[in-house]
Amino acid sequence: MARKRLGVQTVRLESPPLIIGSGSVAGPMEAKGPLGHEYDQTYPDLMIGQKSFEKAERVMMQDACKLALKHARIAGNPPEVDYFLAGDLMNQITSSTFSALPLGVPFLGLYGACSTLGESLSVGAMLIDGGYADRVLCATGSHNKASERQYRYPTEYGGQRKPYAQWTVTGAGALVLAAEGSGPRITHLTTGKVIDMGISDPFDQGAAMAPAAIDTIATHLKDTERAVDYYDLIVTGDLARVGQKLAIQLAAEQNLTLGPQYKDCGVLVFDNKRQDVHAGGSGCGCSAIVTCGHLLKEMARGQIRKLLLVTTGALFSPTTFQQGENIPTIAHAVAIEV
Amino acid sequence: MYLNAFWVGGLICLLGQVVLDNTKLSPGHILSGMTVAGGILGGLGIYDMLVAFAGAGATLPISSFGNALAKGALQEAHTRGLVGVLTGMFELTSAGITAAIVFAFLTALVFNPKS
Amino acid sequence: MVKVRQGTSAEQKQRDLYKRIVTKAEGKPPRLRNAAWAFFAGGIVCLIGQAITDFWAWFMDVSTQQAGDPTVATMIFIGALLTGLGVFDNIARRAGMGVGVPVTGFANSMVSSALEFKREGLVYGVGSRMFQLAGSIIVFGVVTAFVVGVVAAVADLFL
Repeated sequence: MARKRLGVQTVRLESPPLIIGSGSVAGPMEAKGPLGHEYDQTYPDLMIGQKSFEKAERVMMQDACKLALKHARIAGNPPEVDYFLAGDLMNQITSSTFSALPLGVPFLGLYGACSTLGESLSVGAMLIDGGYADRVLCATGSHNKASERQYRYPTEYGGQRKPYAQWTVTGAGALVLAAEGSGPRITHLTTGKVIDMGISDPFDQGAAMAPAAIDTIATHLKDTERAVDYYDLIVTGDLARVGQKLAIQLAAEQNLTLGPQYKDCGVLVFDNKRQDVHAGGSGCGCSAIVTCGHLLKEMARGQIRKLLLVTTGALFSPTTFQQGENIPTIAHAVAIEV
Repeated sequence: MYLNAFWVGGLICLLGQVVLDNTKLSPGHILSGMTVAGGILGGLGIYDMLVAFAGAGATLPISSFGNALAKGALQEAHTRGLVGVLTGMFELTSAGITAAIVFAFLTALVFNPKS
Repeated sequence: MVKVRQGTSAEQKQRDLYKRIVTKAEGKPPRLRNAAWAFFAGGIVCLIGQAITDFWAWFMDVSTQQAGDPTVATMIFIGALLTGLGVFDNIARRAGMGVGVPVTGFANSMVSSALEFKREGLVYGVGSRMFQLAGSIIVFGVVTAFVVGVVAAVADLFL
């Protein structure tokens, strides 16, 4: 067995890389949410001075990268990072590729749908621990209207949303990982398997993704021989209310009790009572802004010392669901410890 | 007539809503289905009775579109035979389709999506 | 529904079980409220339509039946304008099929598609995508009417 592997799906990083800086930017609705004051930058409207929603999404990712680099005190043009790892929800991950252009550093594009944050942190941490890089910039984001028009209906179409539908978060997050410096460390990675539990309703992503989240969490705990209580906080990416409820149920079947130390970014990001978001938030931006904007700041403030971030992704396209196929899902766990 | 328009029109919309909320069908499925139903009822000559009774309550719901298509095809079928089915199809719906295309085009020129 | 992967029966059982839990967790839409909204909104739309019909009949001095065409055009104009102004989707969030089933909904589906894809250009955006949602209504309506017409034409031949 490879030297740094643990159990079946987990990697234990020998010299755990540090998160030396992060940046978060969010749209107007997220700014009015319960974590609105935490984001580094918010925008008054969804266009962000651009001609299209897709361009707006791109600008958000670039702004998040600039902020992360600034907070990590990395200067220079091109910035002194060895790799840029990014992904998003647009077809052919164009927000990431177009953001990589002005950065001018080696780029690896990733697609994990809404699990991209965990995926990029995993690849980045392994690159650094493997000795292939000193500093890596990871980024992801999503835009509500850009996603709506790609996955669902035109934005001005008058449709009613189901109570379990989720609201794609408008926002982006970026992190700088480094071999040296100061910040919380990424200690373990559990890479998920693709799981299909037979859900085919594209509006019910939380239900589709909950089994993947619990599979990864259970595997992580088994591989690392840790208990749920080891972590101050276990947070899933964007299961939202319906998915979170299902996740707790599924965990109980595996004799894992997910109590108050288990939360979901999709639930945290909006105020369900005041904001018309139905089950909660979703999208790459959901886990990105909650992690970069809120959770890492909580770690810096000493409120959280051991965090298990489990980003969740629904790996479908408009083509696959229109052809009646199920929604395969995935979840990646990243253990971040002070 | 106004009362009939209100409750018949409302009832047709209610039917659509009930199907939407109780099945996995999307609005596209429901509206297509209503158009088909309107076409069949039109072919049987039933829809016109509804129009006579409820006025706009029957002419505005999308089922009326199916009815108008069927009636156009029927009318010319009776006078010109099979070819009439092809030529008469849009006889009665031309106003709606033309208006929709022109207004949609002009609106797209003037406005931008905002939401 | 296409089965992507034929799982073992145990796997299938697990999926069925999960689907049942999910249906419970999903919750139901506020059916009664939606139904009431759809009824009243739909009724009011048709009421307005009736008033417009009477207006055109009086204004152009034609029969109510002949006033049908300008009425439909007017309602489509209203639906298009409300969509362009960005308020139709807000109304529809409450009224649902109450504004979706009347011809205003047909207009909304066309205008929202045309608007949305304006950035892809006038030809491939507005032109090609305009019928993205409304197309199926026209297709199924025409096919139904075609069958009805052929049946009638054939019946005329033999009867």
